[in-house]
This record gives sequence, structure tokens and C-alpha cells, in this order.
Amino acid sequence: MARYSFLELAKNAFSAHKNWGRQWRAPEPKAEYDIVIVGAGGHGLATAYYLASEHGLKNIAVLDKGWLGGGNTGRNTTIVRSNYLWEESAALYQHAIDLWEGLSQELNYNVMYSQRGVMMLAHTVHDIQVFKRHIHANRLAGVQNEWLTPEEAREFCPPLNIQKNIRYPVMGAALQRVGGTARHDAVAWGYARGADSLGVDIIQNCAVTGIRRGADGAVEGVETAKGFIKAKKVGVVAAGHTSVLMEMAGVRVPLESNPLQALVSEPVKPAFPCVVMSNTIHAYISQSDKGELVIGAGTDQFVSYSQTGGIHITTHTIDAICELFPMFRRMRMLRNWGGIVDVTPDRSPIIGKTPVPGLYVNCGWGTGGFKATPGSGHVFAHTIAKDEPHPINAPFTLDRFRTGRLIDEAAAAAVAH
Amino acid sequence: MLLIECPYCGVERPELEFRCGGEAHIARPEDPSGKTDEEWAEFLYMRTNTKGVYAERWRHIHGCGRFFNAVRDTVSDKFLKIYKAGEPMPDLASLAKEAGK
Amino acid sequence: MSQPYRTEKGGQIDRDRKISFTFDGERMEGYECDTLASALLANGVHLVGRSFKYHRPRGILTAGSEEPNALVGIYRKGDQTPNLRATQVELYDGLEAISQNRFPSLSFDIGAVNDLLSPLFPSGFYYKTFMWPKAFWDRVYEPVIRAAAGLGKPPKNPDHDRYANLYAHCDVLVIGAGPAGLAAALAASETGARVILCDEQASLGGSLLSETTATIDGKQPADWAEDTVADLAARDNVTLLPRTTAFGYYAQNFVALAERVTDHMADPDPALPRERLWQVRAKEVVIAAGSIERPMVFPENDRPGILMAGAARTYLNRYGVKAGQKVLVATACDTAWQAAFDLADNGVEIAAIADTRKIVPEALMTIAEARNIKVRTGCVVTATQGRKRVSGALLGHVSSTGAVSSAGDVACDALLMSGGWTPTVSLYSQSRGKVVWDEASGNFLPGAHPQNERSAGACRGLYGLNAVLEDGYAAGEDAAKSATGKSAKCTYAVATGAHAGEGGTLGDLPNDRDASRVKAFVDYQNDVTAKDVKLAVREGMHSIEHIKRYTTTGMATDQGRLSNMNALAIASTALDKPLPQVGLTTFRQPFTPTSFGTFATSSRGDFFDPVRKTPSHQWAVDNDVVFEDVGQWKRSRYFPKDGEDMHGAVARECQVVREKVGLFDGSTLGKIEVVGPDAAEFLERMYTNPWKGLKPGRCRYGLMLNDAGFIIDDGVIGRIAEDRFHVTTTTGGAAHVFATMEDYLQTEWPDLDVWVTSTTEQYAVIALQGPLARDAIAPFISGIDLSPDAFPHMSVATGTFSGVPCRLFRISFTGEIGFEINVPRRHGTMVWDTMAAEIEKLGGVVYGTETMHVLRAEKGYIIVGQETDGTVTPDDVGMSWAIGKKKKDFVGKRGLARPDLIAEGRKQLVGLLTKDPRIVLEEGAQVTKVPDPAKGTSAEGHVTSAYHSPAAGRSIALAMVKDGRALHGKTLYIPMPGGAIEVEVTEPVFVDKEGGRLNG
Repeated sequence: MARYSFLELAKNAFSAHKNWGRQWRAPEPKAEYDIVIVGAGGHGLATAYYLASEHGLKNIAVLDKGWLGGGNTGRNTTIVRSNYLWEESAALYQHAIDLWEGLSQELNYNVMYSQRGVMMLAHTVHDIQVFKRHIHANRLAGVQNEWLTPEEAREFCPPLNIQKNIRYPVMGAALQRVGGTARHDAVAWGYARGADSLGVDIIQNCAVTGIRRGADGAVEGVETAKGFIKAKKVGVVAAGHTSVLMEMAGVRVPLESNPLQALVSEPVKPAFPCVVMSNTIHAYISQSDKGELVIGAGTDQFVSYSQTGGIHITTHTIDAICELFPMFRRMRMLRNWGGIVDVTPDRSPIIGKTPVPGLYVNCGWGTGGFKATPGSGHVFAHTIAKDEPHPINAPFTLDRFRTGRLIDEAAAAAVAH
Repeated sequence: MLLIECPYCGVERPELEFRCGGEAHIARPEDPSGKTDEEWAEFLYMRTNTKGVYAERWRHIHGCGRFFNAVRDTVSDKFLKIYKAGEPMPDLASLAKEAGK
Repeated sequence: MSQPYRTEKGGQIDRDRKISFTFDGERMEGYECDTLASALLANGVHLVGRSFKYHRPRGILTAGSEEPNALVGIYRKGDQTPNLRATQVELYDGLEAISQNRFPSLSFDIGAVNDLLSPLFPSGFYYKTFMWPKAFWDRVYEPVIRAAAGLGKPPKNPDHDRYANLYAHCDVLVIGAGPAGLAAALAASETGARVILCDEQASLGGSLLSETTATIDGKQPADWAEDTVADLAARDNVTLLPRTTAFGYYAQNFVALAERVTDHMADPDPALPRERLWQVRAKEVVIAAGSIERPMVFPENDRPGILMAGAARTYLNRYGVKAGQKVLVATACDTAWQAAFDLADNGVEIAAIADTRKIVPEALMTIAEARNIKVRTGCVVTATQGRKRVSGALLGHVSSTGAVSSAGDVACDALLMSGGWTPTVSLYSQSRGKVVWDEASGNFLPGAHPQNERSAGACRGLYGLNAVLEDGYAAGEDAAKSATGKSAKCTYAVATGAHAGEGGTLGDLPNDRDASRVKAFVDYQNDVTAKDVKLAVREGMHSIEHIKRYTTTGMATDQGRLSNMNALAIASTALDKPLPQVGLTTFRQPFTPTSFGTFATSSRGDFFDPVRKTPSHQWAVDNDVVFEDVGQWKRSRYFPKDGEDMHGAVARECQVVREKVGLFDGSTLGKIEVVGPDAAEFLERMYTNPWKGLKPGRCRYGLMLNDAGFIIDDGVIGRIAEDRFHVTTTTGGAAHVFATMEDYLQTEWPDLDVWVTSTTEQYAVIALQGPLARDAIAPFISGIDLSPDAFPHMSVATGTFSGVPCRLFRISFTGEIGFEINVPRRHGTMVWDTMAAEIEKLGGVVYGTETMHVLRAEKGYIIVGQETDGTVTPDDVGMSWAIGKKKKDFVGKRGLARPDLIAEGRKQLVGLLTKDPRIVLEEGAQVTKVPDPAKGTSAEGHVTSAYHSPAAGRSIALAMVKDGRALHGKTLYIPMPGGAIEVEVTEPVFVDKEGGRLNG
């Protein structure tokens, strides 16, 4: 495999780019693998990559019912941050940031991780209390996060309207400078290329239709559109379809799948330097390197696997964007799409073993899984390779819903008084 | 935005008048204290989350305020049956068949 | 000469009304009914923009909303709107347009160096480089890439235009007012059905407006369209919406339309909105979206002056504009021939017609011959020349083996092309329909119809005017019948003289050059060439979605309407896989880019979210209040006097409440009336506390959990009568608590005979707290004995306040004697004003939420959502006393017994006193055992509330600390950026620990 570099690019320019090799193969599945990963999204591909690169396991297949990176990996708003409240979460997402920082070099694939800063707006006294709690907790955990006054927030993001003329004026912001964005497709492709070069078979258009278990209850392999594939270890990393797959193994999971919408504007010259989020009025916005404003909207209230959502969800978010950035009213929406997110009761993921021996699950990332991609794959690979969780994902068990040891990121931010 | 028929009001109204209440027919156990932790977790959190024909609760929150149940195809988002709270769960398989699934 | 490319006569422009406009500062003239594109072409201007990546000069390519090149910024009122299509911008007097993505000028653009360096910039080049040195990405590479990317400049100033929103219902929505759409609207409205007909263009008629060879019922097509529109306009059951794009097709026939109301006006009435969002629920939908012409993929097919043949015909016949003086026509289908004939008939020299087909219909050859037009069959364009305007082309002859040999060059100043027509299936696809491949026509066509929708005319692959008209009529009749059950006989108009037109090509055309080095554009706007698509395939991108994302083909502002089919065909060949197996990317809303303002409509400022106001709102405003937003409520936070800051005001308010009396508006508290024989039983189940023993006239603090066992709400509940409770909730929890009660009552315990009614909006709640509280209310209360024995703490009674019925509670959230006067909301302001005047006499104070918080914290009263965070149990906050031990069940009881909720080491509510009493801790600060914890140390807990307490004469804080109750008297630390703060753990009560002040 050719190493990517500017020199290589220049060299290939002379041969009119006719000599670039495949970034990954299109193999037919073998009859048996040591490990089968179901789901060739960012998390699944990263899992396979780290299984191969860090645990020396090479006989691995990653299966996907469609094309690699075609689920939420290719449908999200690419925000990366780690300033979560609970130390378990902060550790997980910070682990991801640590990996993000060297990912382009590690994969030799430019994933365009751009540490332009993620600013979360406070609009109420309660927001201020919650964000300051985050900041203090993060500082202790070694996670960068700081408080900005409204004026400082505008300085960091000049289009921000901090006047009192909006319904919920900005009262301050929490800024994580090391947060930012990355190029979502490149993450999937970079991991795919990396995993493939280490011998992992990535098999696209190969839907899993069943999970076979032996008399002892343990996993024996998966039924697929291309026949039965034997494997003693199966990792399910199929955001949006986890319930469907886990049901094949008879495992019930605490998930609901909802459509989550996002949209982009037409491309314009640089207008927006960072990422701004407002959980209170539901606005998530950054500008892509191509010039599009990338905006996250909300989820529909019901279970749906349709990858589309209602217009009122989109409208609600654009309302908020136009309040905060009134010059963007004249910008135009170019494309609006949906993904399916698996949401857990405590809004934290489940990464670990299941009651079925040999079956592992990585799911429930809700609306925020992209940011965790490297970290998620890294600890999940550890979990599968060692048959025990990495210390970082140890708290994120399925069992926490039995014991009550939730990692509740949502409740902490809920409205008070 | 879905169009939903409230079985009490007998009218179709936009989704904005309704609140979805999650999976239907999950009864709170009669004797919670007699349940194991696993059983309680099952009641609290585990959901079928079907891709396909699914029974769910809705409340006409900005209308009559009543809860009712609906069977909806979660792939097409089409409602296949709407019925009042307390009525038994319809046979989902036959509804799916009718809908050509 | 002004408008040198304008014809002598013809077209639907108003030649009596000249319009002056500027493009990049240069003044030009056009006519009323021109688009900016037609006016520019009339002035001989083809070069209007630069491409995204290579900054290549680009001209006007189309005449419709699919235009990829001619994107301009329009200046108006001192700001600009970027990326508007010149083909859709209607000309008005004084219009100022500027070109985009060029520096310093359109004609001389430094960015054009990218075109020379383009060998270094194949598809996806950025994934392969800019990785070294690592730190350069954020600091060097990305800023440069960002500055180079983007099209127009973003608007800078807040947009002061208005946008409107309208909901509409109809029997039949017809999308597109071309021949099929007009016919469908005629047929559907004939039955009396309510019809909405929308079209993105200013004039309804679609392709009929450019058709000159056919007749319909003996009329010119444009005239027939005009008459038909007049006929439809006269029908009461028809709504016509020109300039209105159906941009989104949602579930259950919910279709969103964007109407552009004022952008075409020089001086719009300020009362009009700029755009209007129509949200239409249609019983039936007829999509008559037509088809668009496909570019041909030959080398350098992007020079200004190269445009679609159909567009050239539209410019000629509709706008009276000639695309050039000497025109080469390159085509693979019949329709481009008609463009050549029409131009020839208007005195334009046709340099040649080069058709890729070896055999073309004899009829066309005959007509061409009659006009002395040179015809080259089996010929393709292999190169074009001219930097800022095409000046000529090389032709190549394609042999039967596919080899291409030079067939000479042709000089021209415009090149018209047509690769055939692609049905517009975008909206059908949005309706969740799955397109199917039609091998015969080489197109994707609508398959089954998942919604109550039908496609009619060219958008479902029908060609030939009469067939399209017939299809439109039939679709309209069918839709109306399905929607209303009615049918009516409609006389079909008959078209003659227009033939269907055959032919077409997909993918890149052969040429005699090194295919890996020529630029044959597939996606114009994103600068994606045929070789880029092939490179993507070579690199393993085998799904069309991968190809799209890797090359960015189809991701431009036309959403691939022009490029998709060609890209797909090229990929199909490269993959050696049948085209339908490569798949088509999904079309997403919006159909064309749609203003954010149109979505946001009037939702701004106070209209963004309703403002809920309390009875004291106006009084508060008059008395210099500082409000805080709590949910939708405006709550008084504090009342600064004489230049006080918040701390000064709060200190004063606190002190006066404890010394005398304070007045507080508690109307935002949630209130629920729980009534019925089983009311007490119901509350037993909903709250942790016991209720059956509570006597009427008495109150009790209630704690509500979820079934997981965590605190979700609290409030005082008064028993008004045996079967009637007055429940209060937190402000933020009101709606949720009410919904939760309804949920359990309706779905779990329908056997209980109880009614719950939200009364939050029915009662105003005016609270008086402090030693003089009784004195303050006594003069106004009748029917209630206020003496401490008759009406002790935690009592409720019904009486009157100044003659107004009231429920009076004796409760306290301050630790002082307290009363809460509940009166019907309409009397709230009277009560407030009365009490405000009265307490002034007593030397009392009006206080806000900030003081309320301090006073309750001094007493250690929790606030749900501040001390609790959804993970806290009653025991955690020292409230095991609130749990009815004898109750068999209540919501949360089983949850509380789960392993982690009864585990050792849970965080518990404590007080913290800083060693230095002047230091007020920061809420949210972490608590640690040592002053200098190592990074990654787990916190022992966190500060939930912290204030300066005037009553304690020092700072106080509440905190949740691991095993906190066992740590009273111990020292802990609050690590801060400037060093740790030492604190002592105490009981969470700081004032009047015995609680004697409550009972005076």
C-alpha cells in the first residue's frame, strides 16, 4: 500500500493518477473468522483496526448491510468534544480526543481533525450552574473546558448575537478549545484502509440475518446474505439497528431508535470559526471546510427507522440558529437528511460484554457517537480481544440498568426550580 | 409531521398535538417489591424497538388529554391501527401482513 | 449597441419597459420579465462566475433552477444574499448583482492558478496530504483551504426582512405548471376539488413558454398556457402559486412550499414578507416536475458560451435572446435540433450540428438541409477553445469500434449541447418512493407510490406534448376522484406539431486525447470530471455513495440533478456493472436551496417562544427588576435599588425578609388539583409520603420519584377536603409532573376514581414571608382565623382576600412565618399591588428568586434540579423521613431497592463552611480530600449551592459529598485554578437550626 504524502501525490500527478491502488479490497467472505464485527461504520472499522494493530488479531471480518461508513458516520455533524460531566464519560471521550490528535498520522489518512473549539451556550441561570459544574469537574479530570462571558463568547465567535433582543439571551458559554470537528467520511475510510492493510476483510452489502448460538448458548457465527460465517466472537456495532441485531441473539437492550436530522447550507466563504452548541434552544452549528454551515437538528419523538424526520424538527433548529446568528436568515438550506440514533435511558453508550458468551455490543451513542469513534473502537477492541472491558469502558455495562449505576448525562442538565 | 387520528376525539390532527409515550402494553408490575432487579430493569428500560410493525402509546396532550395506543410501521411511519387504552394489543403479525410487509 | 443579442421581436418580455441593472458594477439594460441570466445574455455576457475548485471561468449553462454555474450575489439594502441563481433572479430596476468566488475580479482571478495546478488536486487529494507537520493542519492548511472554499460571501448584517408561514389543506396539490401540471389542475378542479397549483417560475406554463413549433387547440402553446392560467385563476377552488417551489415532501402527504414574494420587486411594500412558507396537507398530490436536459461530458465542456440546447431555445423563444451569433450544436438527441432550427430562423448562423448518432431521423435532416445547416453525424466534440468565451471546438468522428479520429474544427461563439433528458424524480424520491430503472429510455422512473401521489408527464418519462397533456388530465382526474370521490368530464386540449424527440447519451463521450488528462466535467459547480469519477472507482469506491462523497459529484447546490446520471454511467462503465446496480443516491429536501428565514418565519425575539408572565410582571418592570428566564416564565430575579449590584440587592432583600417581611411572586409554581374518592390513594402511590392520614386543612411536603428511584420533583400538598388536594410542583417540573400523573392514572390505575387538573394558570400565588407576614395580610383576609393556634405552620384554608376568594397556605420556604395567597389569576395583580403597598408601610421588601434561593439555602431546603441532578435518592438528601415506611408501594419504591441505590459511599447532602468566611464558593466546584489532587482524581462531591448569607454573617454552601453525613466537622478542599479553598463539613442548616421562627 502506497503511503500517502504530498510527494506521493506529486509523483502520481505525473502518471495522471492512474497508479493509485485501492484503498481497501472488496473480498468475498471466508467461511470462518476469529472475530466478526457487524457494522462497518466508524466505530466498527476502528474496532477492527485496533484489534489488528494493537492486539495482533488479523483474522477479522467487518460486515455491513450497505456501504462502509454509510450509517451515522456519514450523517452526523462531526462535532468532537470531551467536556462531559461524569468522570466516566469525560474519560471515555477524552480518550477519544487523545487518539483524534494523532489519528491522521497514525492512519496516514487526513481525517481533518480541526481543533477549532466547541462553545456551549448558557441561556439561563440554571445553564450557568450546570456548565460551571462541568468545567470544575473537567478540570479535576484533566479535561480542558473553560467559562466565557458573553463578550468573550462573541470575541471567540464574532457572528454570535449577545444582545438582549432575543428570547433567551446568551449569558455565557463553556468553551472546550481542544474540541472541534473532523471529516466524517475520512474517518471511516481511513480506518477501513488501515484495517484492510492489516488483513481485515471488509465485506459490504452483506446483511447479517441471524446470530447463531450453540447448545451452550455461546455465539457460533452469523447468518448473512452471503451465507453462514463462523466466528467465536461477534461484536455488534450497528448504530440504528442494534435492537434488531441483538434480538437475533435473544438479547434485549434498553434502546429506542429515533430519526435525528441534520442539514447544511449552501457553501459560503468563511463565516463561522468554531463550533457552537446550545442545548437549551437546540442549535448546533459549525462551518465545514467546504464552506457549508453544518447544523444539527433534533430527533423525532417516536421510534422510526426511516432516516427522515418531520419538518417541524428542522424548523425548530433553524429558528434557534436565526436567533443566535440573525445574519444567517438569508443563508439557504442546501440539504437536509436524517440518521437513526439508538438512545439509551441515561444517554450514555453501552460498550461491553452481553449475557451471551462471545457476543459483544457497542451501542447507544444517541446523538453523539461520532466524537468517540477512535476511543470507542479502541476500548471495544480491547474488550473483545481480552474478553473483559478496558478500564475506560468498564462502567458502560449493560448491567448498569439493573444495578441503577447510571451515567446520566441528560438528567444533570434538565431544567430546575 | 405525522397526521394522527385520536380515537377519542375521532379526528385527525397534526403530530404537534400529541406526545409519543413509547412502547405500548408494558404494564407496571402489580407487586413491584416482589420483582427481581432484572425484572425491574426489564420493566423500566428494555424495549422491543421493532423495525417494522410496532405498538406504541400516544397521548393527545394538546387535545383531549387521553392516552391511546397505535400500531405503526416504524419503517414507513404509517399508522396501521389506532385503538383506545385498555383494548388488547392487536395481532401485529396479521397487521403486518395486511400492510404487505 | 444596447442588448446586441436581443432578437428584433418575439418572446414574452415587455419591450416597452426597459430595466437598468448592474453586474459587477457595470450598468446594463434588460426588459421587464427578463431573468438576470437572460438579460446578461442579451448583453452578450456569458462569463458570470468562477468554479469552486479550479476557479475556471464559467458561463450560464441552463435556464432553470438546476443552474450550477451562474450563481451571483444580489445586493440589497446594504447587504448581500449569496449564491442566487441568475436563471431565477427576476430583473428589477436597480438590481445589483456581483459575481462570486473570484479575486480580485471575475476577469482576472488569482485563484485560477488552481487550474494550472489541478494535476495535484484530483478527487480526495486532501485526504492524502496536509498531514505533516501535524501542527500545520489547524494553523496553515485548513485556514488556506477554508478561505479558498465556499462560493459567495455570507450576509453580514441581521436580516430585517419578514417571513411568513401559512398552513393549507387541499384535495389535490399539483406541483409544476407545465403542460402536465396545467392539465392536471384543469381536470382536478373541474370536479370541484380544492386544488393548489405551484410552480417555481414567475410565469406558469413551464416548457410551453418556450415552445413555438407546436399548437394546442390551434393556439400557440404560450398563449394556451396564458388562457389556461386565466381560466384556473377564475375558479374559486383553485389557488395558483407562481414563484413557489415545492421543496420538501414529508410523511402523509405533507408538502412544504417556499413562495418568493418580494425578491423580484424593485420597491416592495414593507408590509409584505420576503418569502412565505406554505405547509400543505394534501389529500392527493400530482407531481408534474418535468425533466431537465443533461449536459454532454466531453473535454472542456465548461467554457462560457457552452450551454444546454434547451436553455438556448428558452432564451430565444421566451426572452428573445440569442445565445450567440455563430452556434455549434452538439447533441445526442433530437430536441437540440429544434433549438438549432429556431436560432437559424432568427438569423443566427449555425456552424454545424454534430450528433453522436450515426443515424438521425430523416425529418430532421430534411429541415436542416432546408436551412443549409451542416450536419455531422457520428461526431463528438473532442476539445473546445476559448478562455472566457468559447471560440471553437474540435470534432471527432467515432468509428464503429469506438475509435475517434479528428473531424476538423469549428469556430463558434456559442456551443449548445444536449445529452438527452432526465426526468425530475427528486420529489417522488422524497416521498419515499423507490425509482426503477427503465432500460428503454435509459432513465430512472417513479416506481410504486408509497403515498397518495402520482407523477405525470415528463417526470415519469413521457415525452411528446400531446402525451404529456393527456397524462396530466388523467392524473388530475384520478387524483380528484381519489380525494373527493367525484369525477367530472373534462375536455382534453389536443396538441399537434411537436414531436417527442428521441435519443440521448449517458456518461463521458469518447475522444482522441489522453482521457486521464482532459477535463470533461460531470459536476460543474464542484469541478468533478469524468477522470475523477474513474479515479474514485480505481481507489475502491464502488458504491455510488462513496463515489459521490469522495469526488463530491452531486453534492453541489443543484443536488446532482444535472450530474447524477452521467456520474452513474461513468461509474457503471468503470465498475463494469450494469448501471441500475450501481444505485442512485437519495434525493433530499429541499428540492432547491431554501432560505433559513423561510423556515424560521416569524419565530424571532418574543415570538421565538411564548413568554409567560406572572401577575407582578408590570409592577416588577416599573420597579427596575432584573428578570431571569425559567422555562418560558419571566421570573423576577432581584430588584436593585440606587445602583446596587445583585449582591447588594440580594443582601438587602434577605435581611429585610428575616427582620420584617418580604413579598414574593410564586405564581410560576406548578399547581394541580387532585380530586375524587381515590385522591388520597392516588397521591399515596405517586409520592413517597403517606397522605391518607393528612387532615383536611393541613399540608405536607411531598417528594416525587421516578420508578427508577430518583427524585424528580417536590412541593407542598394541601388537603382541601377529604377528596380534594391542592398539589404544588416546581416551576420547571409542572408540565412533566402533570403528564406523569395522567400517565399513571390513565394507563396503570384506570380503576382509581380521581381527576387531576392543571391549575397553574388558574391561580396567582403571592407569598409573604417574614416575622411581619401575618400583620401584612391580616387586614385583607376574611373568613380565616390567622392566629398561630388556629392556623399553624403547614395549614391551608379557604377565605377571601379583599372579597376575592382565596386559598391561603401557611407554608414557608424561608424558615420564617410564611403565607401563600392563592387567588384566581385575574385577581393576582390586585393582590400583588395591594400587598406591595402594604409591606412598604411595614418596612418590608419585594424579593426575587435570588433571595428566595439564599433564604432557603440558609435553612438547608433543597431545590430539585440544583441539589439533585436526576441521580439522587431521598436518603441522599437526608429525606428518608419523607418516605412512608408502611406503604406497600409508591412510584420509585422498587427502584430505591436496587443495588447501586443502597450501596455504600453514595453522595449525601451536607453544608460547607469556608475557613475564610468571606469566600463564597462557586456552584459546581468539586470537593476533594486533599488540597492538590492529582489530575484524574475522583471528586468526593460537588458544591450545589453557595451564597453569602446575611443572616449567618458569612458565606454558606450546600454540597453533595460522598458519605457526607459521617464527615461533619471534617476538613475538605475545593480545588480552584488559583489554589484550593479549605472548607469544613457541617449540617446543611445555617440559620435557626431548631426551626422556632416558623411557628411564631
